Amino acid sequence: MREVAVVAFAQTRHTDHDEGLNEPELISPVINEIKERSGLSRFGFTCSGSCDYLAGAPFSFVSALDAIGAWPPISESHVEMDAAWALYEAWVRLQHGDIDSALVYGYGKSSQGDLREIMTLQLDPYYLAPLGLDQVSYAALQANALGADPDALREIVRRSRADGRANPYALDLPDPGEEGYEVRPLRPSDVAPITDGAAAVLLAAGDLARELAEHPAWITGIAHRIEPHYLGIRDLARSASAADAARAAGVDKGPVDVAELHTQFSHEELIIREALGLPPDTVVNPSGGPLAANPVMATGLIRIGEAATRILDGSAGRVVGHASSGPCLQQNLVTVMEA
Amino acid sequence: MGNRCAVIGVGQTKYQTKRLDVSIAGLVREAALRALEDAELTFKDIDAVVIGKAPDLFEGVMMPEAYLADALGAAGKPMMRVHTAGSVGGSTGLVGASLIQGGVHERVLVVAFEKQSESNATWALSTHLPFNASLVVGAGGYFAPHIREYMRRSGAPDHIGTLVAVKDRQNALKNPYAHLRIPGISREMVESTPMLWEPIRYLETCPSSDGACAMVLAAEHKVTGTPAWVHGTAMRSEPIFRADRDTVSPQGGKDCVADVYRQAGVSDPRREIDVAEVYVPFSWYEPMWLENLGFAGEGEGWKLTESGATALTGDIPWNASGGVLSANPIGASGLIRFAEAALQVRGLAGEHQVDGARRALGHAYGGGAQFFAMWIVGSEKP
Repeated sequence: MREVAVVAFAQTRHTDHDEGLNEPELISPVINEIKERSGLSRFGFTCSGSCDYLAGAPFSFVSALDAIGAWPPISESHVEMDAAWALYEAWVRLQHGDIDSALVYGYGKSSQGDLREIMTLQLDPYYLAPLGLDQVSYAALQANALGADPDALREIVRRSRADGRANPYALDLPDPGEEGYEVRPLRPSDVAPITDGAAAVLLAAGDLARELAEHPAWITGIAHRIEPHYLGIRDLARSASAADAARAAGVDKGPVDVAELHTQFSHEELIIREALGLPPDTVVNPSGGPLAANPVMATGLIRIGEAATRILDGSAGRVVGHASSGPCLQQNLVTVMEA
Repeated sequence: MGNRCAVIGVGQTKYQTKRLDVSIAGLVREAALRALEDAELTFKDIDAVVIGKAPDLFEGVMMPEAYLADALGAAGKPMMRVHTAGSVGGSTGLVGASLIQGGVHERVLVVAFEKQSESNATWALSTHLPFNASLVVGAGGYFAPHIREYMRRSGAPDHIGTLVAVKDRQNALKNPYAHLRIPGISREMVESTPMLWEPIRYLETCPSSDGACAMVLAAEHKVTGTPAWVHGTAMRSEPIFRADRDTVSPQGGKDCVADVYRQAGVSDPRREIDVAEVYVPFSWYEPMWLENLGFAGEGEGWKLTESGATALTGDIPWNASGGVLSANPIGASGLIRFAEAALQVRGLAGEHQVDGARRALGHAYGGGAQFFAMWIVGSEKP
């Protein structure tokens, strides 16, 4: 495949409340940051990820074009998925060989609605959604299936929040204290916080990548897989789709210094860690991960951006960025990046 | 453009107001199975699935690719969901083609659908982001002023829209999948229907349809049967609120078509393209797009329509299938244009086949006439 690298990453300082910014206002600063840092004002391809249901209106991505300054008209596409899949689409487009750069962005304002209830609407509309099974409840089903050690979950939350406090872009959340159950066995701190935010990544191919970054984060493998929707026919304690994607992306072909995992519930970290076959010495979610900031639809892209940052700043040699979608980790994307 | 790519299978459902006999999953599976049957393949032969549809609010299912993975045989494979407003069907085809052109996969299933009967699209289109005033009801309310401006600029007579409405419905009578099949369709009939959004009458607008369309795309070494080769692909987008953009003949459309013509080596589309399937949801968009796509000079598109050149018997048939005016499962409508273009160059369009069609344009647009997706397919290997 053609050599393609992440050469720049920008994100908002995510908030746990609505700051009164509309979507274009949220995106504008991160796009401008990418343009300033790269010196590029036009890109060969642009792709974004977002979800109409967060805004509660159709075509919520349309106004984003005003924020990115799509004039003269640009070659552009959009996925109604986490922007990690927009990055995948852009990576594929770069494989054609006729363009050298691609801008990818994603954004979400989950403060505007009831995320837990909204996520119910991604279930089968005839047999599952009418039951009212909400996002935290189906995640709890999975946590139960895993039979996770409560102390291990507690430690994941404590570590994520501490790392998040050290990350200027993540939320400032205290160490977990005494708390009841949200839905047993998950406690409120096991659930990713409501977050507003946006992120952007610049991909570049070959010589342009070497020109734009001192240490480009070369994508040596990227793959995604989906598995059946119905929770009853899956082994919820395992993630077959994450394991398949990891194999296809070649995670096991070398050491993994850092892995940023799109785990919106503490128990998911245990499942994804195992599915990806991460060595024990891999540092997981040093940014704090989704448990410290979860701007839905950008969270997966941020994992790739955060992992890439460790290569861009010269502190790591081989990293993994993971993104997920669908109920109980139904769909997973794995990116391996190397210095 | 990358590696060569071809359409080797096409499947469509019957388009109609309500498909109460199938679920959403049943609907997309029907189209997918027909495309696989056409390609003489099964789900096992497919490497990846790309699905597209217009806003999730149209059915009330958020990110439905999660739920539809099982019905489309996608479990264990990569699956992507595309959404680029009304152009989404076209974009879905292009994202699928891109996976082959980029050398990532060998056989890709692309599917697009809308099941409008599950909800109310006009209502869903009239809900706006917080803090934005809604000034229009539905897409017709948005596009009618653009049409009036076209009429003012070009001096086109009032009856041109009626001609398109009649011509496309006459073509639909030859297409078994079309939603609106109106025997005896005539100018008098169209002119007797109520004015919805001046100058758009009831029969000058597209119907609300349930339906799905699917295609199997293949890399060169996996081509079987009668292929439609992809000669050019392009997408363009422009901002909706840019003050000086021309909404009557958008720059994005001109740039997009120039890109596909360049890739396909087309310099005179009227002569070099044999048939075009173009997204015409309101009758007047035929003359408007004739100009935007370079088939006629500025202000001259309506004359081409009036002369009968775009009829099935004309020298450049537009929408031989009956087009969006005869079936509009919104999210699928763009992919249907792409698929019908492919059927024409494969010689498999049945009763609405244009004799000797060797090169065809598929076109889709969306948003505030700001998103464009196009491809050119041909019977010859590029």
